[in-house]
Amino acid sequence: MNTFLFLILPYICLAIFVVGHWWRYKYDKFGWTTRSSQLYEDSLLRWGSPLFHFGMLGVVGGHIIGLLLPKGWTDRLGVSESTYHAFALGGGLLAGAMALVGLIMLVYRRRTVRPVFKATTVMDKVMYLFLGTVIVIGCWNTFASAVLHADTEFNYRTTVSPWFRGIFYGQPDPTLMAGVPVGFQMHAVLAFLLFALWPFTRLVHVFSAPVGYLTRPYIVYRSRADHVRRGLGNRSPQPGWERPGLDSAGRR
Amino acid sequence: MRVMAQLAMVMNLDKCIGCHTCSVTCKQAWTNRTGMEYVWFNNVETRPGLGYPRRYEDQELWQGGWVRKPNGRLALKAGGRFKKLVNIFSNPRLPGIEDYYEPWTYDYETLLNAPQQSTFPVARPYSLITGKPMNVTWSANWDDDLGGAVEHGPKDVMLKGIEDKVKFEFEKTFMFYLPRICEHCLNPSCAASCPSGAIYKRSEDGIVLVDQDACRGWRMCISGCPYKKIYFNHKTGKAEKCTFCYPRVEVGIPTVCSETCVGRLRYIGIMLYDADAVLAAASVEDDHELYQAQLGCFLDPNDLEVARQAEVAGIPGDWIEAARRSPVRRLILDYKVALPLHPEYRTMPMVWYIPPLSPVVDVVKDTGHDAEDRDNLFAAIDTLRIPVEYLANLFTAGDIEPVNDVLKKLAAMRSYMRDLNLGRDPRPDIPASVGMGEEDLYEMFRLLAIAKYADRYVIPTAHAEQAHALEEIATDCAVSAYDGGQSQPFGTGSGQPVRIAVEDLMVRSARLKDTEQ
Repeated sequence: MNTFLFLILPYICLAIFVVGHWWRYKYDKFGWTTRSSQLYEDSLLRWGSPLFHFGMLGVVGGHIIGLLLPKGWTDRLGVSESTYHAFALGGGLLAGAMALVGLIMLVYRRRTVRPVFKATTVMDKVMYLFLGTVIVIGCWNTFASAVLHADTEFNYRTTVSPWFRGIFYGQPDPTLMAGVPVGFQMHAVLAFLLFALWPFTRLVHVFSAPVGYLTRPYIVYRSRADHVRRGLGNRSPQPGWERPGLDSAGRR
Repeated sequence: MRVMAQLAMVMNLDKCIGCHTCSVTCKQAWTNRTGMEYVWFNNVETRPGLGYPRRYEDQELWQGGWVRKPNGRLALKAGGRFKKLVNIFSNPRLPGIEDYYEPWTYDYETLLNAPQQSTFPVARPYSLITGKPMNVTWSANWDDDLGGAVEHGPKDVMLKGIEDKVKFEFEKTFMFYLPRICEHCLNPSCAASCPSGAIYKRSEDGIVLVDQDACRGWRMCISGCPYKKIYFNHKTGKAEKCTFCYPRVEVGIPTVCSETCVGRLRYIGIMLYDADAVLAAASVEDDHELYQAQLGCFLDPNDLEVARQAEVAGIPGDWIEAARRSPVRRLILDYKVALPLHPEYRTMPMVWYIPPLSPVVDVVKDTGHDAEDRDNLFAAIDTLRIPVEYLANLFTAGDIEPVNDVLKKLAAMRSYMRDLNLGRDPRPDIPASVGMGEEDLYEMFRLLAIAKYADRYVIPTAHAEQAHALEEIATDCAVSAYDGGQSQPFGTGSGQPVRIAVEDLMVRSARLKDTEQ
């Protein structure tokens, strides 16, 4: 069971994550959007959405520090264990709380504002369920280690983090996860399931974060000739629907 | 000098009767889809009035367009790149559906399915947003023909500075119609606002389009456009806008709104402009200078050096020729009777308007004086602060001089042509008083009053060598070049073989009939 949950499942989920995104980008660029509902309702979104998103940016940053940076690096920088934990717990609790409050506001809005609820797809609901659960468990883990000291002995940086990094090194060690508190186990498993769902939900908009806007010229010019040999508008034609021409015969 | 070609439109507001045919046909062609119910790529507003969406011209609220910074540089009014990204999770300046209107339909089924009953069954309005029964309280042209003007009229943003003078009592008011499409600006602030870079200006003809595959629904363009002519498709989550009917103009047919305009008030043609001069022109200090600055960007295709540079820039010969015959160029540059809509937004709009003389004529007529007489009209234009100041707020950032000049030209044309039509001796002093020659004034009259289809729409087709990229042509046959193309029977074709769209065929026969008359 341990092997399945912490060795096989992560790889399956990551494979779906990668191939799914490739497939979605290739075949559904038109559907690749934030699907904003701001047009319907503004006052709840005005607070909920920035709270949630900025909270999540903090959460992601925290995970990068916690999971991807080996403990040895911070030790070498002279960051003591207690300093690190105080920082991680403080930041984690703040970011987690922001994300959680934002999420609650957004879900409340989605359920109670009728036009928004009407525009909610089944996939949205499934995604919200997983995302919400992962966030709640994650917050609980942080909260429990910070306040209740229920697991003073537990240091995820010697267990969860090496396991997680091992997945990407190709040397996963599921035994590292065996003794981990069940909250962390659930958080990890559900997060990987969420990764598998990711490409099929609106979460894909995370990967179109428009950082290029900071550097591109303001006015974009494009030539009609850019779309030569393509389908209607500027979408590629579906297989079998290419327009006749020398190119499709492989001449050029 | 970097010469670029731009498809532009001029609308003669004196001829607009506010029938909304352009809006309806545009809607049928482009926006009769779920998610686009509230969207009008073309709308007709009664002015004075709120416009669509309501009070869209209030840029202190919506923060659309550009502003000139104290250091002389141009910046987006809604803030720079970093501020846009920080606000990306919730756009603070996005109009809500209530600023447009809640679209609705009727449950027509009950009319057919209702059981026998003593009262007649009624189809109730249902919201297309919530799906619930609703009360219809607003729509895209709710204040049409000054409907409810006593209540809504004073909220018109363009009344700034003249609030105390405009009266909304029936006898004292004036009105005219303002049809609006996307301005296809030379300096589009929507494109500049788009975080994804999905909005682009086509380098061949300047049409501004949204790449539906690249749009991610960040909604910054909607607040960025001061004309509020980008709409959010709430079904697909993508921005959509007027396309200048590019599949039509690519094959030389005018846009749907122009084609179906019963007043024949729209003109389409090519403008050549210097792309390197645009930014400087948009950055001039005084708002009143912007109209002149934009005129300064346009190039005269009859100038041989311009034509040479245009060729160097890759603009085809028939496009340069079309620019020479462009009715839009004549109205904007030669006669200078067309004015841009809201130059103060500094986007360099490319749909221009001939301001209406009719409110002035109406006033003169109501006093019992001769409303065709030049002196009466000139006196009225000079003394009537309304509606001239109102028109100036719309078209010249409040500068009444250019509006006065245009109205006087129209008035001069009116009284000069009356003498001709009544068989009197024409008075050359009339055109001279507005700085025009008799010939010029007569040609302007022909263009404004009786121009035929082929004179109003001078649209060069996209090029045969690019034809396989066009929407209208389903195939690109390798031997199509062999039939030699066509001669130019109507003066506007570029010698392409007859295309297969039925509509195209119908338009060609209509054009032929029109020209023969």
